[in-house]
Amino acid sequence: MLTLSHYLILAAILFAIGIVGIFLNRKNLIVLLMSIELVLLAVNTNFVAFSRFMNDVDGQVFVFFILVVAAAEVAIGLAILVVLFRNLRTVHVDDLDQLKG
Amino acid sequence: MEFKSFVFYLFSLLAVFGALRVVTARNPVHAVLFLVLAFVSAAGIWMLLEAEFLAITLVLVYVGAVMVLFLFVVMMLDINIDRLREGFWSYLPLGATVGALMVLEMGVILAGSYLGLFEHAIGAGSGESNVKAVGRLIYTDYVYPFELASIILLVGIIAAIALTGRKPKAGNKAIDPAQQVRVKASDRLRIVSMPIEKQE
Repeated sequence: MLTLSHYLILAAILFAIGIVGIFLNRKNLIVLLMSIELVLLAVNTNFVAFSRFMNDVDGQVFVFFILVVAAAEVAIGLAILVVLFRNLRTVHVDDLDQLKG
Repeated sequence: MEFKSFVFYLFSLLAVFGALRVVTARNPVHAVLFLVLAFVSAAGIWMLLEAEFLAITLVLVYVGAVMVLFLFVVMMLDINIDRLREGFWSYLPLGATVGALMVLEMGVILAGSYLGLFEHAIGAGSGESNVKAVGRLIYTDYVYPFELASIILLVGIIAAIALTGRKPKAGNKAIDPAQQVRVKASDRLRIVSMPIEKQE
C-alpha cells in the first residue's frame, strides 16, 4: 500500500540531490540551473502528493503556478547565460567577478 | 507486491537515478538528457497520484519546451568541460554529507508523523476528472493569479528577447518600431476637399 510518506520521501531524496548538485557543480552555471529545476520538481511532487491525499485540488493549481514561474525563470536565466557567454566566452562562475570592485 | 507499488518503485528509482546523473554527469548534454529522464519519471509518479493534467503539462512544458531550451543553450555554447570540473571531487564529501543528512532528517520526520495519517483519504475521489477539477479551480477561485501567471510569462518573453536581442547593424534599413507607432494619419495622408462633379 502506498502511503503519503512514500511520495514525500521520494520528494525529499530528489530535493537533496538538487541541493547536492548545487554544492558539487558550483563552477557550472548550466548545471546549477538544472539542479534548481530538480529542487522545484521535488517541491511540486510534495504539492501533488498532499493534494491527492488530502483530497484538495488547490495544491495542483499551485503546482501549475510554480511551473509557470519556473519556466519564466529558466528562460531568463538561460538568456542571461547566453549574454554572459557572448561577452566573456565562458560560463565559469569564477570568471564572473566584475562586481568585486 | 501490488502492481501500483511496483510502478511507484520503478519510477522513483528512475527519477532518483536520473537526478543523480544530472549532478554527476561529465558532459552537460548528458546532464540535460538525464534531467529529461528524471522529469518523465516524475510525470509518471504524478500520474500515479491521479494528477493527470499536471503530469501531461510537465511532459509538454518541461520536457518539450524547457529541456529543449536547455539543450539549445548547452549545444550553442562551446564550453570547456575540463575547467568546469575543477574541484568537483573536493566538494563531494561535504555535498554528499549534507544531502544524506537532509534525507535522513526528512525521512525521520515524515516516517514518524505521517505514516498512516492520511490513509482515510485514499480512494475517496469525487468522481470528477482531474482536468475538469483543476480547470474549474483555475477559472473561478484562482482566476486573478492565473492571469498574473500569464503576465509573468509575458515578462519572461520580454526579458529573454531584450537580453539576447542584438541592436540592428548600421546601414540596416529596418524602421524603428517606436517611430512607426508614433506616426499620425496627417503625416502620411493629405485629405483634399474637391467640389462634387455634376452627375449626368
